[in-house]
Amino acid sequence: MTASEYRVLPGPEGYLPPAAACMGVMLPEPGEALVEGKIVPEEDALQKIAEKLLAARNPVFFPGPLVLWAWREGVAEKAKAVVELVEAAGARIIPMPDYRPKYPMINPAVEINPNHPNLTIWHNRIDVGVFVGVHCHYANVALKIIRGGTDCYTIALCGEMGHEDAMITLRDVDAAKLRRLTEVVKTRAQARPARAAGAHERR
Amino acid sequence: MSESLFRISPGFEEVMPVEYRELVTNGPCGREVGVSDLGTFKELIEEHPLCAGCNMGLALRLILASLPKPEDTVIVGSTGCSSLAFTQVAVHNIHSLFGNQNAVASGLKRALRLRFPDKVKDVVVIAGDGATVDIGLDMVMQSWFRRERITTIMLDNEVYANTGGQESGMSPQGTVLNMAPLGKRFPKVALPEIAREAGCAYVATISPAQPKRLERMVRRAILTAREVGPTYVQIFCPCPTNFKFRPNEGLQKIKQRQKEGTFQVREYVSPEAQAFLAELEGADHEK
Repeated sequence: MTASEYRVLPGPEGYLPPAAACMGVMLPEPGEALVEGKIVPEEDALQKIAEKLLAARNPVFFPGPLVLWAWREGVAEKAKAVVELVEAAGARIIPMPDYRPKYPMINPAVEINPNHPNLTIWHNRIDVGVFVGVHCHYANVALKIIRGGTDCYTIALCGEMGHEDAMITLRDVDAAKLRRLTEVVKTRAQARPARAAGAHERR
Repeated sequence: MSESLFRISPGFEEVMPVEYRELVTNGPCGREVGVSDLGTFKELIEEHPLCAGCNMGLALRLILASLPKPEDTVIVGSTGCSSLAFTQVAVHNIHSLFGNQNAVASGLKRALRLRFPDKVKDVVVIAGDGATVDIGLDMVMQSWFRRERITTIMLDNEVYANTGGQESGMSPQGTVLNMAPLGKRFPKVALPEIAREAGCAYVATISPAQPKRLERMVRRAILTAREVGPTYVQIFCPCPTNFKFRPNEGLQKIKQRQKEGTFQVREYVSPEAQAFLAELEGADHEK
């Protein structure tokens, strides 16, 4: 397989999956996004995220320290936008409050840890996981581990330049972009009332 | 209160694991709490994977309760038993390569001084005897020679404990261990004396058998390092696993060694540190 053909798909891909960047997957430019390793217009990615969230059996958001802790002005607004998106998608939240490896084990029912995120995915049988507010280096580690050991579909809502190792990534995500995504999710959910109404019962 | 330092973003309060919520509402950050208050506040370490009866675990618990300003403290650790516990510690901590801890701490302290010129940031090295006196002695002593304003705390269990029981520089002469069957041929390294001669402004030896005194020494060491120069605290915490005593006999063993004279509680304070501490503690007393 040549580098340009590499697709970032749900795993399990094996113990040490290659970093998507090493396989030629490039980060998107402003106004673009990545869907399964391919650069697409951002609007297409918003639609795809909404589709994946609404079709998921157990979608879970993993907010990281950058959004969980009100450490500077503007974070509270972004946090509110995340919560609204979670509600619109009928999803759950499992937080990543910090990055301590917490040897020998975390409690996977209530938290996710970037050093062994697969434990939380397995324990909760999560089929779509959304990262938001996680520092880049830890998001990269966690996304690779998830792709290596689980079949979870990963979405990274990144405040910086995006993550190649997520199946879908948006870049420059702020409160406004989160609200736009919420609108897209709500619009699609209205078109599929059965999913929205039955989301909680199925879990 | 910790709430003025750490705030959970609105909407996430309910989903945050309970230990984080407790650290915010009842943690030691921003409060005047110490060893005497243990049990009344959320501690910075509550679980660890160390062996039953590990005196290092107890020492670590007491050290963390003694930090004068945990929210502005960064701990630098090294390879060894203690590094296993640091994964659970709710204070910024860096795991350095084996023996590099004082070099890492030196750079960190300087960087923090540049990054936060208006704030005091305490850099505290906490490492085992192998990292401090054997593998990292060069880095430890060079940091003292350079008068780096860091505190070095050695958790002295007198053995390389988590690799099966090899003798360390701190094992007493004659010690027989799993991997030192003939007994150690050389005496325990006199690191407190070396620290004093190498330029430490404050040097102390203590054990977790005297919690209040340990607290006082750790605080004095950290406060002196802020203003005067490098400081060193050696905490004797014998290892039940390698020295083959029962988990509940740790403190008894320490007291026995104290009686025999092979472990002594000592404190050396340089004249400059003495003047500094007299002023500081005098002011505290007046409060």
